[in-house]
Amino acid sequence: MKALVIAEHDNKTLNPATRSLVTAALQLADTVDVLVMGADCNPVAQSAAKTNGVAKVLLADNPACKHQLAEALTPAVLQVATGYSAILAASSTTGKNLLPRVAALLDVAQLSEVVRIEDKDTFTRPIYAGNALARVRSADPVKVITIRASSFEEAAVDGNAVIEPIAVSAVQQMSRFVSENLNNSARPQLEAAKTVVSGGRGLGSAENFALVENLADRLGAAIGASRAAVDAGYVGNELQVGQTGKIVAPDLYIAVGISGAIQHLAGMKESRIIVAINKDPEAPIFQVADYGLVGDLFEILPELEKLLA
Amino acid sequence: MKILVPIKRTLDAYIKVRVHIDNSGVDLSNAKMAMNPFCEIALEEAVRLKEKGVASEVIAVSIGGDKVGDQLRTALALGADRSIHIKADDDLESLNIAKLLKSVVEREAPGLVILGKQAIDSDNNQVGQMLAALCGYPQATFASRVEMKDNLVEVTREVDSGEQVLELTLPAIITADLRLNEPRYAKLPDIMKAKKKPVDTLTPDELGVTLRSHLTIESVSEPAPRKPGIRVHSASELVEKLRNEAKVLP
Ligand SMILES: Cc1cc2nc3c(=O)[nH]c(=O)nc-3n(C[C@H](O)[C@H](O)[C@H](O)COP(=O)(O)OP(=O)(O)OC[C@H]3O[C@@H](n4cnc5c(N)ncnc54)[C@H](O)[C@@H]3O)c2cc1C
Ligand SMILES: Nc1ncnc2c1ncn2[C@@H]1O[C@H](COP(=O)(O)O)[C@@H](O)[C@H]1O
Repeated sequence: MKALVIAEHDNKTLNPATRSLVTAALQLADTVDVLVMGADCNPVAQSAAKTNGVAKVLLADNPACKHQLAEALTPAVLQVATGYSAILAASSTTGKNLLPRVAALLDVAQLSEVVRIEDKDTFTRPIYAGNALARVRSADPVKVITIRASSFEEAAVDGNAVIEPIAVSAVQQMSRFVSENLNNSARPQLEAAKTVVSGGRGLGSAENFALVENLADRLGAAIGASRAAVDAGYVGNELQVGQTGKIVAPDLYIAVGISGAIQHLAGMKESRIIVAINKDPEAPIFQVADYGLVGDLFEILPELEKLLA
Repeated sequence: MKILVPIKRTLDAYIKVRVHIDNSGVDLSNAKMAMNPFCEIALEEAVRLKEKGVASEVIAVSIGGDKVGDQLRTALALGADRSIHIKADDDLESLNIAKLLKSVVEREAPGLVILGKQAIDSDNNQVGQMLAALCGYPQATFASRVEMKDNLVEVTREVDSGEQVLELTLPAIITADLRLNEPRYAKLPDIMKAKKKPVDTLTPDELGVTLRSHLTIESVSEPAPRKPGIRVHSASELVEKLRNEAKVLP
């Protein structure tokens, strides 16, 4: 059995989620290849080749793949798909955009956000914002799945796979990249951080959000936010944690001025230690918190900052 | 230009989810059901494009048992011009939904199909992309802004690293994210008027689609509960616990 992992990257660096995908793929197949699609992305292929357990890295380097648009990548995946019994991508916005398109053209189902592989045909995935777990058996000859990277260990980085360049005819005129506005923060990446400090509507304004940033910087943490905080414009959309934002599982998650709606909990309740700071003792966030502190965040955050100086 | 808006009936977003004790599924008996929130946003965008004079007709379509009629009537009250009910099981797989929708796309030839980015029950996030693949159309998922430009549509997408702007040729598929717009509420006169708007019914047979099952749900369980936490009474007590008990701070 062979599995194909679709590398997650930005043409320069390999996203570590890819190494978690390799771990998942090795539970499904004894041979795991990685497909890198992008433009001028040789360093990504080099890095993928070092992932332990990878047999071969297929490198589709083509200007049409630069922005990871599904219309361009799908033909490339289909071109190499033959012979693989599983195709895996991260449950990132890129993976979620691409894989259903691939699955439909293979006339198979797609399984989203798999958190556990039970056996070669059976997978566990959260439904209803993580309020239930479904164990699903697939009858398809090819499993097309997105993997929740935080649920699988990253494979070690001591491999030495061969890199095989492949030519893909990825030209497409249907969609065109116009521009992008990316978050270039120097802070740790939200999905990969060991500590996350998230702020909610309780912060009250974009200026006050600096309190969350200061605490995060003291802790070397990434910043997250509730939907209400993003909607109110305190921070960018890429920091939203939850059912429709990012799913994180750091060692320490500190929720500040966040009530704990089920959609928010869906994105952080697998964290190892959860701290909640909220002035409302009844806030649902306290039901999942290991340490709850009832009080005014405008007093508590400056104190914490001092204690951690 | 016609806009097609597929709508799913789901458990209301603010209702507590209960899993059947025999692990057969989620208990929906007597539960409050509603239009999937992302479908509300998709519909609102379509109605606004009609109000701007860009679209000529908004068609809502839902696949499921008789009860989806409730959500189709809501869609009509919110501004859809007519609706199509495709009679089928409530829990069809995404690929089957996409095949049925493709057949509707062939009949109606819409310039845009705007779907929700995900159904909040299955959390699949698949149908829009699958429909785009089957139709051979371009797609813009996770849309937070949609702007028509002659024969193109410009869409801002919310992606993991920030925002991305794409231009698609028509016909195209768009899936709506949370910040695309804020849906309106239905007004009483509109609810009355909606009763006179047409609802067509169709079957998978009439659409020429053979449904096929790929997946079996073996069981549905509740996630393991977290062990109960404690209250601390000051910032210094919190730091002490995080250092010495949880050992997550140096
Ligand atoms: C389909 C759908 C998807 C959604 N997806 C997401 C998602 O991905 N992520 C997400 O987060 N939400 C999501 N939501 C929204 C979610 O339901 C909540 O509305 C949102 O999480 C609330 O954000 P909040 O906790 O910041 O705001 P609120 O619920 O308003 O809570 C603010 C909290 O701050 C506290 N507070 C106020 N002032 C202070 C102070 N001075 N000191 C201490 N505490 C204070 C209050 O006691 C309150 O508990 C979604 C909703 C829907 C319908
Ligand atoms: N039964 C259905 N009837 C009509 N539209 C649906 C149905 N199921 C899903 N959709 C559409 O597909 C979107 C994404 O759903 P999903 O891929 O299942 O998460 C929804 O927001 C709807 O627009």
